[in-house]
Amino acid sequence: MASQSAQRTAPRAPRRVAIVGGNRIPFARSNGPYAKASNQDMLTAAVDGLVARHGLAGERLGEVVAGAVLKHSRDFNLTRETVLGTRLDPTTPAYDIQQACGTGLEAAILVANKIALGQVDAGIAGGVDSASDAPIAVSEGLRRTLLAANRARSAGERAKALAGLRPAHLVPAIPENVEPRTGLSMGEHMALTAAQWGITREAQDELAAASHQHLAAAYERGFFDYLVTPYLGVSRDTNLRPDSSVEKLSTLKPAFGKGDGATMTAGNSTPLTDGASAVLLASEEWAAEHRLTPLAWFVDAETAAVDYVHGHEGLLMAPAYAVPRLLARNGLTLQDFDFYEIHEAFAATVLTTLKAWEDPDFCRERLGLEAPLGSIDRSRLNVNGSSLAAGHPFAATGGRIVASLAKQLKEAGGGRGLISICAAGGQGVVAILEA
Amino acid sequence: MTDLFTTIVSSPVAKRVGVPQPTRLRRYEPGLPLCEGPVLVAGGGRFAEGIASWLARAGVATVSTAADAEGKIGAVVLDLSAAADPGELDQLRLLGAPAVKALKRNGRVVVIGTDPATLTDVAEVTTQRALEGAVRSLGKELRAGATANLVLAQGDAPDGVRSAVEFFLSGRSAYVDGQVVRVDESTSGEVDALRPLEGKVAVVTGAARGIGAEIATVLARDGATVVAVDVPAAGDALARVANEVKGTALQLDVTSDDAGRRIVEHATARHGGLDIVVHNAGITRDKLFVNMDDARWRSVMDVNLRSVLRMNDAILGEGGLADGGRIVCVASIAGIAGNRGQTNYGASKAGVIGLVTALSRQVADRGITVNAVAPGFIETEMTARIPFATREIGRRMNSLQQGGQPKDVAETIAWFVQPGAAAVTGQVVRVCGQSLLGA
Repeated sequence: MASQSAQRTAPRAPRRVAIVGGNRIPFARSNGPYAKASNQDMLTAAVDGLVARHGLAGERLGEVVAGAVLKHSRDFNLTRETVLGTRLDPTTPAYDIQQACGTGLEAAILVANKIALGQVDAGIAGGVDSASDAPIAVSEGLRRTLLAANRARSAGERAKALAGLRPAHLVPAIPENVEPRTGLSMGEHMALTAAQWGITREAQDELAAASHQHLAAAYERGFFDYLVTPYLGVSRDTNLRPDSSVEKLSTLKPAFGKGDGATMTAGNSTPLTDGASAVLLASEEWAAEHRLTPLAWFVDAETAAVDYVHGHEGLLMAPAYAVPRLLARNGLTLQDFDFYEIHEAFAATVLTTLKAWEDPDFCRERLGLEAPLGSIDRSRLNVNGSSLAAGHPFAATGGRIVASLAKQLKEAGGGRGLISICAAGGQGVVAILEA
Repeated sequence: MTDLFTTIVSSPVAKRVGVPQPTRLRRYEPGLPLCEGPVLVAGGGRFAEGIASWLARAGVATVSTAADAEGKIGAVVLDLSAAADPGELDQLRLLGAPAVKALKRNGRVVVIGTDPATLTDVAEVTTQRALEGAVRSLGKELRAGATANLVLAQGDAPDGVRSAVEFFLSGRSAYVDGQVVRVDESTSGEVDALRPLEGKVAVVTGAARGIGAEIATVLARDGATVVAVDVPAAGDALARVANEVKGTALQLDVTSDDAGRRIVEHATARHGGLDIVVHNAGITRDKLFVNMDDARWRSVMDVNLRSVLRMNDAILGEGGLADGGRIVCVASIAGIAGNRGQTNYGASKAGVIGLVTALSRQVADRGITVNAVAPGFIETEMTARIPFATREIGRRMNSLQQGGQPKDVAETIAWFVQPGAAAVTGQVVRVCGQSLLGA
């Protein structure tokens, strides 16, 4: 028993959390140059690149947190296995998380929180996804049959179990981009929301063209020299079309939605993508000890979820709910930001979210606000391009955005940035960075 | 980097039928003895005594005549720095010939002279200048991995002579043969033999692969913290090198206007200073002179020469390279001998030699040395792509009858940047096995 004199330890004051740097491999459209790379291969490359940029070879970090959305069952310990293959000290602990497209940002939140609480001094948040090297499972029927055979205690029982096998059981189960509760793909969900909000094809194509142009310009000015390490001979995101224009995008046929009103095309939706990203977060003291200059500070974050199954809300609308809560907690308005990073799952997602914040009815009825959040200065939106141009390897997108925004804030000599990421399952993860 | 031809000509069968086999060169490994003893130290110049006692301290046996060795000799150090009359050159033969006859595999001949440029008496200048011809000829006669090199002292200070003699005796100079190094009167004192670069911050450009990666590795082995620099497109290979040497990777194009500033910023912010810069980044864009286009000419000049001039402005500016710092450039045998199809490359690499000569004088008062290595045929991915016949000729046409390794270039650079090599500046050392080209 502890002695009576042992007093309860007072909680420590939270610490500022620095975003020290980031590194990712170029993102590549699926079934392209990374077709044979596994999640572990790509995450290892992203982390090793981060280690090299920051001189962390042999360093033990507090933890590495990462995840993948499309994950093989053998990768149950993906992040720890990755750490063991990197140049980090093998005594660096690691764990996996998964929150669909919010995985990367959620990983950063988790590491940041532990740093703020003083539980770790430095850590890496990452994410990876391969739509090429996807896990293919055996069918449910075959799986049950094999398990039954495995349980059998005699040859007879085993034969009986295996006799239950049917040809249809041999069709493999391929992962689908479908919401389990609605049977609709994410694009189909988005098309419904876009139609409901009257998002035009032109507006979507404009946003997509801007994304490509901004990303290309960022590459040209060497912005990504600090953030991207080539992989398998690829040195720029393969989805990037520097010469993209509204005219070219307007020729594409709709991919989601029905009839004349269909506005969503392959050009204003993100393609399936392979890639990985990693972000180094640390306390001020750790950064100073390692002679590393923080790019920005991780201020706060919020997550939200919507009931898209029965609640008549759009699948990807959760960030619209998360942001006002985050703003209120930090005493900020939507206009108090120098940069906005709104993940372009689809051009329509960004436009719907912005429109919702401008809509008095939505803000009053759904968000419970007296006045709408209002509009933003669109010239501050996704200034270095976003997922429409870079591509969107689900779990890697958060790391891409956190590192890019932190670098942008540093380059601008200070400021505040808002990150908003929608995720499958009707979820949204948002965060504030400052420099 | 072994091709089919090499496999065949180095096979036991080829050996049997008399195909000449190159000797496996003795290369430096930390902790191994400096060289095999005994070392004959003779000649009666002003450095011999100091060299003999330093070798004894280093645990290497010395003898003063070949007869005393009673068998094979590891190396020969002949100090003829006092020879003032051509008649005294006899000593070279009288003292040296019996020892060279008894030289072991991978033996060494190091001759110490006085830099003729510091002398005025015609007979003296004549005598000292003669040493170079003798040493270069002897280099061509030596077999079994042995080399002959000349150290020319510009004064009486022993530190530079000792540093150069140590380099030539050691495995660091495995592929350096028939070379002349001048040393000035700078002093340096004792340095840690195992980790001579401990505490130093070194930047290596073009570090992602080949010779650059090896330079990073060797400098790190010798104790330096290495900043590995290469173009963003080579970032993945660069990351591997940086992690391997536990340094940092800096992706940048050396031809960008702010390259020098970014290198200085990175080194000082991340590692607290900048002591060593190795300008290794270089490209070839070969074409016969009459067919040479603007892009080929310009890109080679820009990467190999102009970028070095530009970066040096920032590196040698306020808050850049520390006093007592080191700059090493990578020239090429093509910059000395010229090479068909390489008017652009040859110009850039000869330019580098000019740069080293001029800059070394300019920064001497800050204790900064500026030197160059001029690699000959080095076994790299680049030379592996040379057409077969040309490659074989390049490989064999030197006194050591083989190509050099990237490590050989790196070891010479690692010597230039040692604190102990303060007296070595403005020098161009060829790492070419005494190639016949440009000799």
